[in-house]
Amino acid sequence: MLITCPYCGPRDVIEFTYQGDGNRERPQPASQDLDAWNAYVYDRLNPAGDHNEIWQHSGGCRAHLRVVRNTITHEILSTAFARGGHKSADNKAESRS
Amino acid sequence: MAEPHLPERQSPLEPEYNPGSHGNFEHGVDVILSETRLGSILQLAAWPGEEKRLIEVIRKVTGLALPDGAGGGVNNGARAVFGFAPGKFTVVDEAEGLAQAFAGLITPAIGTLTDLSHGRTAIRIAGPKAEWVMAKFFAIDFALPAFPLGAGRSTNHHDIFAQIQRSGADQFDIYVFRSFARSFWKALCHASEEVGYEVQ
Ligand SMILES: [Zn+2]
Repeated sequence: MLITCPYCGPRDVIEFTYQGDGNRERPQPASQDLDAWNAYVYDRLNPAGDHNEIWQHSGGCRAHLRVVRNTITHEILSTAFARGGHKSADNKAESRS
Repeated sequence: MAEPHLPERQSPLEPEYNPGSHGNFEHGVDVILSETRLGSILQLAAWPGEEKRLIEVIRKVTGLALPDGAGGGVNNGARAVFGFAPGKFTVVDEAEGLAQAFAGLITPAIGTLTDLSHGRTAIRIAGPKAEWVMAKFFAIDFALPAFPLGAGRSTNHHDIFAQIQRSGADQFDIYVFRSFARSFWKALCHASEEVGYEVQ
């Protein structure tokens, strides 16, 4: 599996570290909204298809990336720097963008 | 700046640094391995949005103009610079004291400077089989069109981080952690036996 880092170009997956589901919205640290925290910690879409994920190019430039990966085929559909915060695919729409 | 009692820096490679020809060199050596023993190895980082100002400071201090683009770099023999991550650059000099030359110019508003002169070891591999030997360690494309002259790469071998700059058409400078340098050097020598290598 190759992931194309926006800085380094295509690299083997062994250089990257998975950092979890990219659909989560972290509540403000001071938030006491237990439902929001519960959703952040436990709720996952777990789609069979395109999935927003956070990866770090830990064995390269060390940038954090937003990656859209197909959970069935492992195809990498898009990569972008996590800084900026734009989600690059909408799982709920179940369509590739 | 005169530093009268500067101790001579020892190489971490020394016990395994054996000048001469080794391996299958009956038909000539196809790679030359050496330690470049740089006086200064620095990492500079710009805060987001300050990259251009940092690049200008690098040009002012070293005379090296960074080309545009990720991983771009330039090497003039005595000094070299290359990007290794967004907004981050490795700058090296044969001479000591480069960190002092940057002092005061990289303001807290622009970014940071980390002096790694004692924390990294620079190893050079040169020769017609340099790409071949490098490809045994690093899963990146070493072909000239994909890895142009002067460019830098951040990658790893056996899960250990390394930076590489292409300092010639068939020459690479590898920056490894000093504590791992002897281990990497031994592995590099083993990997070079097949093609015949000379340690200079
Ligand atoms: Zn990268």
